[in-house]
Amino acid sequence: MGKLSSVWREADHRYRLVAHKCGNCGRVYFPPRDICPVCHRDSIGKMTEQELAGTGSIVSYTVVHDAPMAFSRQKPYIIALIELDEGPVITGQIVDSDPSEVDFGKRVHSVFRRIREDGKGGIIEYGYKFVVD
Amino acid sequence: MSEDVYIIGAGETKFGELWERSLRELAVEAGLKAVENAGVYSKDIQVLYGSNSLAGTINAQNDIGSLIADFSGIASNHIPAIRIEASSASGAAAVREAYLAIKSGEYDCVMVGAVEKMTDLYGPEMLDHVSTLLDREWEAFFGATPAAMAALTARKYMHDFNVEKENIMAIPISDHRNASMNPDAHFRNKLTMETAMGATMISEPLNMMDCAPMSDGAAALVIASGSFMKRNRLNGVRILSSGISQDFLALHSRNSIYTMDSTVLAARQAMEKAGLKHKDMSFLEIHDSYSIYGITAIEDLGFAKKGKAAEVIQSGIDINSALPINPSGGLKAKGYPIGAAGVSQFVEAVLQLTEKAGQRQIKDARYGMMHSIAGTGSTSLVHIVGGE
Repeated sequence: MGKLSSVWREADHRYRLVAHKCGNCGRVYFPPRDICPVCHRDSIGKMTEQELAGTGSIVSYTVVHDAPMAFSRQKPYIIALIELDEGPVITGQIVDSDPSEVDFGKRVHSVFRRIREDGKGGIIEYGYKFVVD
Repeated sequence: MSEDVYIIGAGETKFGELWERSLRELAVEAGLKAVENAGVYSKDIQVLYGSNSLAGTINAQNDIGSLIADFSGIASNHIPAIRIEASSASGAAAVREAYLAIKSGEYDCVMVGAVEKMTDLYGPEMLDHVSTLLDREWEAFFGATPAAMAALTARKYMHDFNVEKENIMAIPISDHRNASMNPDAHFRNKLTMETAMGATMISEPLNMMDCAPMSDGAAALVIASGSFMKRNRLNGVRILSSGISQDFLALHSRNSIYTMDSTVLAARQAMEKAGLKHKDMSFLEIHDSYSIYGITAIEDLGFAKKGKAAEVIQSGIDINSALPINPSGGLKAKGYPIGAAGVSQFVEAVLQLTEKAGQRQIKDARYGMMHSIAGTGSTSLVHIVGGE
């Protein structure tokens, strides 16, 4: 699934959690958006990059047992919605944490990890995952 | 004054793992049944809307509109034949386009042909394709699947409203009971709570019995203006209203993870346009691709307050109750050919409203509500059919 150009294109956002901030209302968006869905045309040309701290808390979580091909070696794994301290809610895995520690509202921080690989000898894609504090 | 819109013919294939049937064979079978049921000829069809979600990746086949027209034998009629795609809401979206085409006055007789051939792939490879219903770059990329996203909703819903898993599982159990009376259904076995609760885990807290199956199947409708219907002395079931609304593609961008704003708004539009009240509905066909979406649908369509769907279920949702839900067997048990599911809901509605639903016939069925969502709720459609 992963193709080289898209891996390269999204690297900044996936490696360093680079978000877009609307210069009109101050809201922060991750994944980055070129147009603020609140300010619409007033935001044109005013979206600036902002690196996120990678800290936040768990909104909801699940343990995935039935996984797509690129993740079959990782299962079971935890997918969660994380509300970042700057505002955005994002989807990601929780790793290296005691499953009993994973709960609503628990504080987490981001780590840089291997996300998926495109078969043997294929592209390896990296990005953020989260660890319980 | 725009034209009234009627479904004058409906047909579908059996749903299931139909190894011996191809994408095009399924589409043609459903289409012929609909045309025959309508009592029209292929020359009467002025436009064809093909509905499909995943053939481009599963079957490596696009241009489904042309494919269906071609193998239905009407290529040389040279009518427009295009595909309508809105992931798992494709079918309902195609019906809406047909409805609008007639409302506009441009066409008098429109065909909707919906098909999904899913079992050409299976297992983890299939999950990659089905996960294209999500935001590929920011959900699926990290290992999220549609079931995982539904599980995130279910876990939070159960926590915030103190709901037991059994309350959610009541939907699949009811679906299976109804499907046992539907000869077209993928699964015709009844399901006990014990069996359902003990099924293989998919994405906690959802197990295999919370998840609609990957079915092959096709459904088709012939939709016509009131004047075409009368001119040709045909009968039909009226489409009273069509509501549609949109939301953020990814679940994490929405206002709520257990209220689908798109469904709330689409339902409001459909009810207002039909000029009806919730108590007027004789039955609902809801998009329970995952059991939790059946629960949230009951609430978001306006039949229960948020967190209170279990009360509606407890007061009865079977075909003899005040609010029958999924008389067809729903997505869970009738089956879930993704791009065809929405159209097959209308096939059920036609059977119910013309008193041809056999064993599962709802007494005095007058109005039906059809609900369809794309993926985790990025698009919702609500249609109301029936009346005079």
